[in-house]
Amino acid sequence: MALPTYASPLEKAWHYSYLVICGLIFLFLIAPIVIVIPLSFNAEPYFTFTEKMLTLDPEGYSMRWYDSLLTFGMQNPEAERGASFWSDFWGNATWMQVTKNSIIIGFFATILSTALGTIAALGLTRPEMPYRKQITAVLISPMIVPIIISATGMFFFYSWMKLPVPSFEGGFHFEWTRLAGSYLGIILAHAALGIPFVIITVTATLSGFDQSLVRAAASLGANPRTAFFKVVMPLIMPGVVSGALFAFVTSFDEVVAVLFIADHTQQTIPRQMWNGIREQISPAILAVATILVMISILLLTTVELLRRRSERLRGVSPQ
Amino acid sequence: MTDATALLTTADGKPLKAALAASLATRRRRAFLLVAPLFLFIMISFIVPIGQMLYQSFYNDTFSSAAPNLAEWFDANPEGSAIDESAYAALAADLALMKKDKTAGAAGTRINYDVSGTRSMFTSTARKADKFEPPFKEAVLAEEKKWDDPNIWRAMRSASSPFTFDFYLAALDLTRDSSGSIVPVAEGQAIYKTLFWRTLSMSIEITALCLLLGFPIAHLLAVLPMRKAMLLMILVLLPFWTSLLVRTTSWMVLLQSQGVLNDMLVWAGLIDENGRIQMMYNQTGTIVAMTHILLPFTVLPLYSVMKTIPPSYVRAARSLGATSWTAFRRVYLPQTLPGIGAGGLLVFILAMGYYITPALVGGADGQMISNMIAFHMQKSLNWSLAAALAAMLLAIVLIFFWIYDRLVGIDKMKLG
Repeated sequence: MALPTYASPLEKAWHYSYLVICGLIFLFLIAPIVIVIPLSFNAEPYFTFTEKMLTLDPEGYSMRWYDSLLTFGMQNPEAERGASFWSDFWGNATWMQVTKNSIIIGFFATILSTALGTIAALGLTRPEMPYRKQITAVLISPMIVPIIISATGMFFFYSWMKLPVPSFEGGFHFEWTRLAGSYLGIILAHAALGIPFVIITVTATLSGFDQSLVRAAASLGANPRTAFFKVVMPLIMPGVVSGALFAFVTSFDEVVAVLFIADHTQQTIPRQMWNGIREQISPAILAVATILVMISILLLTTVELLRRRSERLRGVSPQ
Repeated sequence: MTDATALLTTADGKPLKAALAASLATRRRRAFLLVAPLFLFIMISFIVPIGQMLYQSFYNDTFSSAAPNLAEWFDANPEGSAIDESAYAALAADLALMKKDKTAGAAGTRINYDVSGTRSMFTSTARKADKFEPPFKEAVLAEEKKWDDPNIWRAMRSASSPFTFDFYLAALDLTRDSSGSIVPVAEGQAIYKTLFWRTLSMSIEITALCLLLGFPIAHLLAVLPMRKAMLLMILVLLPFWTSLLVRTTSWMVLLQSQGVLNDMLVWAGLIDENGRIQMMYNQTGTIVAMTHILLPFTVLPLYSVMKTIPPSYVRAARSLGATSWTAFRRVYLPQTLPGIGAGGLLVFILAMGYYITPALVGGADGQMISNMIAFHMQKSLNWSLAAALAAMLLAIVLIFFWIYDRLVGIDKMKLG
């Protein structure tokens, strides 16, 4: 954004102050996220930079908070770091258990919402779809309705509703399980909350989709199934994957529904963070935060790469 | 087929119009069948639960099921009838029943929502209830003389029907006096209206701040060359992809009185060690953290609108003699209005229902209506009142969702 040569001194002054203002806003956006990273290596139990940290003295930094994350909840945290230590860690460490829960719940919720959401998006983008606006409004509503209302409603309904869940204890059979306090309940809740994101991303991809490609496939002898799997699917795949990532992040970051419908066996990472922040905040939380920031950088990179791929596939110029 | 009015037919002789309609109906059904599984899923896992909760806001049978005799007496005797011996007989019978079913506490709690200090009357009187003998009025009053308070009888009458609007009255800071007419609650007990106004005004402030901060950077992103813009866009998208709890935690670290910002101010000499500013656990902390969290939701729609505005319009205005301010105000700004509307409404809708950030950094005066709903769900266990508050919040949010749909169109919503 170069200034035109005819700009007056006043305009020049405004232009540079405008750039400074933008810089400050970007700082406001990014500084809070970046600041937790060095602070998580603090050797002292403070939430601020100590003298030693500022002078870059190695003594000011330590891995103690990461270490405390590792051993928190273990039966024998002092043990030598051998096989028994790691099996204790795998089986008992609190953050390990909540990570497992987050991944299990996030995985199944993502599969459910992506599968249902993609199929529905295919229907919603057809020109002959009846009541499209009204139905879209209903499908988007989990994103708009305040989370506390959704969680409250789910708490009442899921405490009452039972569904058969496969169980392997004492021979394979289906067991009627109350949804509240079960994995199934949270997976259903998170799937519902993630669906709007899948719908929005996949319909956006499909709206740029050239329908004549399907007709071309049909004219070359492909039946509708072949046309779908060989032509449509590869082209909308980037959109589907970014929708799935959105759905996963929604589940991975969700705390209120877990607060209301999970019991102590289904605690997730954000739920454990919530405990940590509410009860006694220690810099160990910053270590968790740092790890989560790293994960979000990874996710953001993936989504950006997918978006570019999608634009290239659809022939939108990358500019 | 020489007759011009003859029907056009398909190859197998069906009228063309009917054949087209049939084929369109099939296509519509196919499209609908694709959407149906998800629609059903959302209905069962999301819409029905919310409906069930809303039902609780006007249906509460804890008292009516515990006190069938009183319910019968209230049915037989219209409002204003004297509370006579037959009423006390019904009360004594119900108290005995409550003792047997152990429901005195729950029934008392229900009346206690309306007239405070009554729960213990139910539990203590019910304990003696099976020893009461006629005349019941004297017997009950001898046990606890507050039972002749007309306000309690008014509250019991209103609770004796499971369908009630009492909880909506409570949510609007209204109550009934002993004659049954609706009056505002006593000064100092009115909390919900203030809370709704606070939620509304905080949401407006946050929306305004988001637009104010989002507009310049969205503009910068839109006019910079693609490569630079993409790099800066990461600074907007990274917060968007970062966990809400992480961002809230970061603000807690920054804003604490022993935190980074206060330390910097002390170091710079702007405040002294004892003058550390309380930036968190109040409204300011909530607004700052929420503005940060919701800012990407304004930048992204603004950016996508600004991207489509050709720079030649402003240049044309300048060439026709407009100053840069006039060109901005009369030519550029009006074209960004769709983006301002989309981003502003979305942030406002999301801010109205915020729960986590106010709960963690809000303190006493930074709480929003969602936090009160959670309080009644988890602490006071007045679920019907929580449901009534939720219904009112939901109504406000849905009105704005409808406006959003009218102005922007829900199918135009975009992410990242």
